[in-house]
Amino acid sequence: MNSATAPTMQTPPAPPAATHEQPAAALPRLLAGIPASGAMTLEDHLAVHGEMPLTGTRRRRQAREQAAGLIDEVQRAGLLGHGGAAFPAATKMRAVASQRRRAIVVVNAAEGEPASLKDRTLLEIVPHLVIDGGVLAARAVGADEVIVCACESAHAGIEAATRAIEERDERVSSQAPKVRLATVPSHYVAGQETALVSHLNGAPARPTFTPPMTFEQGVARRPTLVNNAETLAHLALIARHGASWFRQVGTPTQPGSALVTLAGPVARPGVYEIEHGASLSSLVAAAGGASARLHGVLVGGYAGSWIGAEHLHGLALSNEHLAPHGATFGAGVVLALSELACPVAETARLARWLAGQSTRQCGPCVHGLDALATSVAQIAAGGAQARAARRVDQLASLVARRGACGHPDGAVRVILSAMDAFQAQFADHARHGPCDACARPPELPLPARTVPSGTQRTALRR
Amino acid sequence: MSHRVRVNPIACEAHGMCAELLPERITLDEWGYPLLDEQPLRGAEVEHAIRAARACPTFALLVARERDAARDGSR
Repeated sequence: MNSATAPTMQTPPAPPAATHEQPAAALPRLLAGIPASGAMTLEDHLAVHGEMPLTGTRRRRQAREQAAGLIDEVQRAGLLGHGGAAFPAATKMRAVASQRRRAIVVVNAAEGEPASLKDRTLLEIVPHLVIDGGVLAARAVGADEVIVCACESAHAGIEAATRAIEERDERVSSQAPKVRLATVPSHYVAGQETALVSHLNGAPARPTFTPPMTFEQGVARRPTLVNNAETLAHLALIARHGASWFRQVGTPTQPGSALVTLAGPVARPGVYEIEHGASLSSLVAAAGGASARLHGVLVGGYAGSWIGAEHLHGLALSNEHLAPHGATFGAGVVLALSELACPVAETARLARWLAGQSTRQCGPCVHGLDALATSVAQIAAGGAQARAARRVDQLASLVARRGACGHPDGAVRVILSAMDAFQAQFADHARHGPCDACARPPELPLPARTVPSGTQRTALRR
Repeated sequence: MSHRVRVNPIACEAHGMCAELLPERITLDEWGYPLLDEQPLRGAEVEHAIRAARACPTFALLVARERDAARDGSR
């Protein structure tokens, strides 16, 4: 790395509580054997990963045992959801499997988060791995249909998934489950579980009130397993290689690898596969190093948390390592903000954008996020001083946990974390008004998907 | 079986009837939407809560049994 690199990035990784020693296991996993461009064909996929296990049996009892076995294996693997909430995958599968009616599996690659590109990347490059995961999950929970949901703007992903489904249909005789593709509007909240289900039921892609929970009553009022595309791709590998293989990388509480979307002032922004618990500095190094000093890093996406530059040294990317900083790994977004940018102006823009992404169903979200954005803008403009800051705190508590979905909570989290991580800059703006950097072009990608264009086809280990 | 009040924030249109009928549990925020005290309802409060729920013009107020109240949406 060169001298322009932020000091926090220069020393080799020293993850705080990274204790376990495991035999070296190969990364990449999800991105293993991928071609230089385009998608892996079914032939390539089979050559790299082998046949999909549990290829189905006519005997019902045997099928049930196989299915239960896979859920157990997923539980032993400790697979957590990669959509943001890190919910245990096996628990979700059991909830669906225990329902009476025939279930449906939804593969969620809607990815409304503008800072995240991993799910569309997966669909674009390894569609068969994602579909394998959906099919295996369907067998495990007794579903006869798999719906792969892609963002309508993810053209390459849609194309790759369409071709992959055709390839499979040609090869395999009409064995259940049936796999089909659905496109989803590209707004921020469209990928939320109940919004996705609502969309698939022919209604607007907006969150709905629960209960009923999706696992009880989702698509076509049937029990529905909605899993993030990456979660299912990992499941496809666990079904092949087993739980102990899966646990050879990662941390004991967050085993396995993960895709990360890295953006900001680095030489090669893009999607990387890392081991959970890998250091931020190793990720940045793999991306060719930072090209500017950093104000901080946003982890988890636009519902995530900012971590200031002073805490980046030795920072490891797993939930247990991020927890002391009030952050979670979320859907694997790592967005670095250069020191050239103004974090206050960026936060003001983000707050306004988040208010605009409300689906305008719940009063506290509609009014609260708008008022929050106004208050942050007042701070950024100066002259508002302590009053606006107090107002932000008041609004934050008025909005939190009062929507049908987590959108208002995520907005509050990211705004408060910015005010905490960039205290000095916020205080400076409140007192003196806009800074020189306020006029610079925005760094945070909003709302168009202008973040990392090229996908980096590399991987790294902790 | 204990009971709690819950609101469907999508259905709620800030009529404010609930705060009139169950002031011991419900106040209104600055926009007129209910702020709930979700501790288990005690004694006659259950009846009052049910009356308030029936009076809600959009049926947004719910009186949930303990088991139901413990369940939460996911995002």
